[in-house]
Amino acid sequence: MVKVEFLGPIDRDMIEIEASTLLDVSNYLKKDQDISKWLDKCAVAINDTMINDLNTTLKDGDKVSILPPVCGG
Amino acid sequence: MEIKYLFYLLFVVVKMELYEGHLDIKDIFNRWLDEESASNYGAFIPFIGTIRAEDNIQGLSFDIYEPILKEWFDKWQIKANSLGAKVKMAHAIGDVPIHTSSYISAVFSPKRRVALELIDEFVEDFKANAPIWKYDLIDGKRIYAQDRSTPMNGAGLLL
Repeated sequence: MVKVEFLGPIDRDMIEIEASTLLDVSNYLKKDQDISKWLDKCAVAINDTMINDLNTTLKDGDKVSILPPVCGG
Repeated sequence: MEIKYLFYLLFVVVKMELYEGHLDIKDIFNRWLDEESASNYGAFIPFIGTIRAEDNIQGLSFDIYEPILKEWFDKWQIKANSLGAKVKMAHAIGDVPIHTSSYISAVFSPKRRVALELIDEFVEDFKANAPIWKYDLIDGKRIYAQDRSTPMNGAGLLL
């Protein structure tokens, strides 16, 4: 199982899902209407490191963070 | 990561400063000046973000994801160090009323050109990639400032 957390304004508690790659996470989240509308503008981190490869593998206990558009300052 | 950068992060690292509510800019600014008074930097450029009164807001509010913000800031410290410079940063968490400040950063460098270029790059990347989310405070509600927000590098990966 991997944890998926939604940061900032995405109003959703952390979930746990079965996934062996980020592609599995993508396929799972696309089925959720409320979350899928965020996906085109969200970046992704695994265990607090930013990731740019959808084929990145996941292991049991990993934390995937979904980061919506930012505006500090 | 190269050994010299690991050493820098372990022993010379500048900690980013996060505060609940608005920043005491004068206090932070003065302290930074004191900290670097004997460092022999020739140029010091601060950038301060202050909440303007517009669109009937009472203030702004901020969420921060600290682990990734720290990683982002550490990379900037390494970059600044490679140029002989130093960056410092403080940001507010939670509600910040209008006419008070939510953000201050500063570059210290031996000469002006590095400082001028670095503060520009640093603040622009901060706006685009620091994991901080802004909300307008209007009539007691906290409304995500989506139209003013920027997708981070790599956004859309899961689409």
